[in-house]
Amino acid sequence: MADTSFVRDQMLPPQAPPVSEAGVVKWLRENLFSGWFNTFLTLLGVLVIYWLLAASLPWWLNSVWTAESLSQCRDIVAATAGEGATGACWAMIRERWHQFIFGFYPPDAYWRPVTAFGLLFAAMAPVLFAGNRRSLTAILGAVGLFLLVTLGLTGAPVAAWVLGLGLVAGLAAVAQVQPAKLLWFTAVFPALCFWLLWGGSVWTPVVAMLGFVVMGGVYLALVGRSGPTTAALAGVFLALLWWLFVDVPVTRTVDGVLPLGLAPVASDQFGGFLLAITIGVTAITFSLPIGILLALGRQSDMLIVKTLCVGFIEFIRGVPLITLLFTASLLLQYFLPPNTNFDIILRVIILVTLFAAAYLAEVIRGGLAALPRGQYEAADALGLDYWRAQRLIILPQALKISIPAIVSTFIGLFKDTTLVAFVGLMDPLKGVTQIVRADINWKGIYWEPYIFVGAIFFVICFGMSRYSMYLERKLKTDHR
Amino acid sequence: MKKSVFFGVVAATTMVAGAAAAQSTLEAVKARGEVICGSNTGLTGFGAPDANGNWAGFDVDLCRAVAAAIFGDATKVKFVPTTGETRFTALQSGEVDLLVRNSTWTASRDSELALDFVAVNYYDGQGFMVKKDLGVSSAKELDGATVCIQTGTTTELNLADFFKQNNISYQPVTVADDSEAQRQYLAGACDAYTTDASGLAASRATMPDADNHIILPEIISKEPLGPVVRHGDSNWGDIVRWTYYALLIAEEKGITKANVGEFASSTTDEEAKRLLGVEGAGDLPAKFGLPNDAFKNAIAAVGNYGEIFAANIGEGTTINLARGLNALWTQGGLQYAPPFR
Amino acid sequence: MAVASDVPKESFRLSMLIYDTRYRSITIQVFVLVLFGLFLAWLLNNTAQNLATRGKEFNFGFLWSRAGYDIGQALIPYSNDSNHFRALLVGLINTLVVAILGCIFATILGVIVGVLRLSKNWLVGRLMTVYVEMFRNVPLLLWILLSYVILSETTPQPRDFRITDEMAAAGTEPAASMMFFDTVAVTNRGTNIPAPLFDVSLGSVDLGFITLNLTILAYILVIAGSVWVNRRILAGARAQQEATGDRPVTWWKSILVLFGPVIALSVALGLHLEIPELKGFNFAGGILVAHSFTALLIALTLYTAAFIAEIVRAGILAINRGQSEAAFALGLRPGRTMNLIILPQALRVIIPPLISQYLNLTKNTSLGIAVSYLDLRGTLGGITLNQTGRELECMLLMMLIYLTISLIISALMNLYNKTVQIKAR
Repeated sequence: MADTSFVRDQMLPPQAPPVSEAGVVKWLRENLFSGWFNTFLTLLGVLVIYWLLAASLPWWLNSVWTAESLSQCRDIVAATAGEGATGACWAMIRERWHQFIFGFYPPDAYWRPVTAFGLLFAAMAPVLFAGNRRSLTAILGAVGLFLLVTLGLTGAPVAAWVLGLGLVAGLAAVAQVQPAKLLWFTAVFPALCFWLLWGGSVWTPVVAMLGFVVMGGVYLALVGRSGPTTAALAGVFLALLWWLFVDVPVTRTVDGVLPLGLAPVASDQFGGFLLAITIGVTAITFSLPIGILLALGRQSDMLIVKTLCVGFIEFIRGVPLITLLFTASLLLQYFLPPNTNFDIILRVIILVTLFAAAYLAEVIRGGLAALPRGQYEAADALGLDYWRAQRLIILPQALKISIPAIVSTFIGLFKDTTLVAFVGLMDPLKGVTQIVRADINWKGIYWEPYIFVGAIFFVICFGMSRYSMYLERKLKTDHR
Repeated sequence: MKKSVFFGVVAATTMVAGAAAAQSTLEAVKARGEVICGSNTGLTGFGAPDANGNWAGFDVDLCRAVAAAIFGDATKVKFVPTTGETRFTALQSGEVDLLVRNSTWTASRDSELALDFVAVNYYDGQGFMVKKDLGVSSAKELDGATVCIQTGTTTELNLADFFKQNNISYQPVTVADDSEAQRQYLAGACDAYTTDASGLAASRATMPDADNHIILPEIISKEPLGPVVRHGDSNWGDIVRWTYYALLIAEEKGITKANVGEFASSTTDEEAKRLLGVEGAGDLPAKFGLPNDAFKNAIAAVGNYGEIFAANIGEGTTINLARGLNALWTQGGLQYAPPFR
Repeated sequence: MAVASDVPKESFRLSMLIYDTRYRSITIQVFVLVLFGLFLAWLLNNTAQNLATRGKEFNFGFLWSRAGYDIGQALIPYSNDSNHFRALLVGLINTLVVAILGCIFATILGVIVGVLRLSKNWLVGRLMTVYVEMFRNVPLLLWILLSYVILSETTPQPRDFRITDEMAAAGTEPAASMMFFDTVAVTNRGTNIPAPLFDVSLGSVDLGFITLNLTILAYILVIAGSVWVNRRILAGARAQQEATGDRPVTWWKSILVLFGPVIALSVALGLHLEIPELKGFNFAGGILVAHSFTALLIALTLYTAAFIAEIVRAGILAINRGQSEAAFALGLRPGRTMNLIILPQALRVIIPPLISQYLNLTKNTSLGIAVSYLDLRGTLGGITLNQTGRELECMLLMMLIYLTISLIISALMNLYNKTVQIKAR
């Protein structure tokens, strides 16, 4: 009996998958045309894209980059693309971009806001990457590079190069040796930033900062003898005395002996994105401590403190920002002693700070609530008093959890700074645009400024929100 | 926490500086070293900053004249852009010393808002602009029309009154500012655009097809526009008023920006001598608390009224306004300065 | 037990107010209260002084004087002879209309976008991501201004609708025509929609400050009654289903109950539509919906929907995969899985952030100022403030109203939230 059974001793080569299950076709089928509903959606999407492109592409393609006025732009478009064609007139941006970015800030001092902006990141880095040498170096390197480029572009004087790059180099050196010490830079940065932006004598911020030295010195001197509360109160009291009575004469004297400073820039010269960033960053910085206090107050057992905090937070969150801005411009002067007068930008910053503080308080409250009870109990079990427990155990964790939400609050706030146009400030969106359009040459220009400003806002906000997502993933240390 | 204290200090020092300024407006201005003027956020021809942030315009020049009168330097002036809503509060609260922002002088603003209109630097009236092909030749034919108006001005009150008196209806489209109104009007979103006749003329002048638009003959209101100061400091009001009159007198007498120096030395006109503070002609300008050559400086800085008009909004400019009511009284207009003696 | 009573009774010392934790919190609170009181007194004192120096007084009497200005969109009877309070009401209603419609549309759009963003369709997913990111990262003000410009620049002028004699003779079509069977006209000054009119009017009752339109009241009553009856029918059907396992057919009953009475009422009152017609400069008749309103509504809807989409997406992603797998195992199709399993559960995660989006939207209606939409801020905080110069009263009143609206919305939504959350049994 012959063995007729057939055993394949060689595997068949695999067949190519059916056309519908491979390559582009498969991808299309799975991702675009799976089922009638998806097909419909895809077609709808294609239609929308086509419609958007058809409506706007000619306009983009006919862009004019060099012209002196809108009518000239229109003539050029008509000449190149034929009568009746539309085209963007970016020549306006070319001529006025600096107003969108800096407002009326003196052009020869553009390096100052630019330096302040670069150093802002250098000041934030130690907070975000406490003690992490490599990250700090990377950030400082990036800041140095940024300053190299922008200082070159703005034609900064030699002193600016020395100041900016020298500072960054110095910080980088410190980062190599004692990265934790960089926090001191963060602490003095507000004064530095204030001086760079508004100018004036260098001694004004220095002497003002000395007030904190007084406060700290008194505290350290007394804390051993009479306990932290008394020492802190005495420190604050003496610092207040310093600011109220010693500050001005000392500044004047030192400035008389050694005049050193930058040309002062009045705040009404701020405009465009410089104004938006100044208001946004200042408000968020100052609102952080207030927000923390409000959040703690809201969680407090003390009824009156709690009621006041809740009342404040709910009031601010219950009214539109625009009414608060009108308060800054119309009402604040009623609430302050007669003849008090300080400029509108400062008033707006104060109100925006309060606004941001209420929102941050809620964000931080969320962070506090997200902490497991065990953390509070452990702190109590260790015998820590309230402030120690908050400072050492609760807040570091709660703030870490809240960072992404704080960033998104900041994004919201930054976008909302455009509303200052309604009280006559030159925000990039409406204020500067209005000024540009008051110029006879550019009267009647609409889309271009909006698109330009919108694009910058998008880049900044999108960048920040992506970064906050990254931070969220990075900081995630589960308690479960 | 630290930062907020620092911030508080900044605020506190500014407040102290402000509290120290409980003095007359002139003293405060002198101590500060500049005049703060409330201006428009941008109105072509009357007050708008250029690409370099230098303010220019008809109203702006009046501010510069005041600065020149006080300091002898027309650059010692700061412009604070104000909106329709914030302008009077800014003035009342002392944020600005002087408001020159084409504001209409009305009884209620004088009484209820505690403000003083010290002069009328532009006599205006509310008019209508329509497209030629609308086929309308009188505002009374606008029954049922859509009308663009700027909010926060007296124009909306006048408009309501006008249509009511003539027993016709309209549909208001309120717009935020001049350039927006112009866009709406050009796009055909409203049949008629109403605002001060000067504004209409300015808008029309900058339109690509100016010939296709007409300004209707009806002027439905009186709009005396002028500089405003706070109630209660009459010396400051006098300074602004007489700086303005000085510019008028200068035009009357043919004193110009170019010839003011020469004029002062050669004139035999006693009033002109007093005005320009020529040696031996009395010290009338000093009575206002100003230097004796204050008005000479003002004229030297910005020119006389006619020159300001011609340079910013007059017939040589794109805005192309005729003097009309704003001609000197000697030429059939309303601009009349009291004698300087 | 004797030991406990041996503890010496501590006499009260002043320093215990600071150092003894039993009293410290009271000390702090009293201190804070005194500080707060002083602060308030300082504010009030300053305000009084400032009012005195400006020769003004704090009173709301101006609300009863003649307003003198016209409002383009007034949903209650208003003319320039009405008083400022009436103008305030008109503005408030305008604010509420935009806010309510905005919340509704934004929720619908937001849910759709949020679900589509998770769709397996590559193109649609990307498109939705682009939409969400674009709207979230650019200021709302820009969107409002842009939608206004787009609306008024791309729509035809009323005269484009006109058919002149020559055109009729030549048989050419006008440049633009009305939509939806010639009932809706979109021009560059607004959208004209048909207005419902009644042959028989039930009149209205004057309740002092507000007049109550009885026709509207009748409709509300009838609709409320129908809805109630419908719910009874459905409840009856459910009871029968639970008792017998068979669900009786109710859809025709529901339709009858829901629509019958309304139609009957409309017929009785002689409801007909007044269709806008081109007369003179404009379309006359019908209701004119101004572009300032439409632009504000569109921008608010698109902007807020982008945020809601993110919330919905996060809510859906928060649901355990096991839930959808279990649903698939039961044989439910993806659409039904979403409707029956995922969304109801996701709702619990979605509602709390949704509340704050609603609040944001309501507050953001105040940006109507950019397109001169005469809402509360435009009337009370805009023209009224300007004409009367009473910034203190106007601003305080306006803040108070906004605050009240916000508090009402959050109270209502929190109430709803309570009904949706899982009840611990």
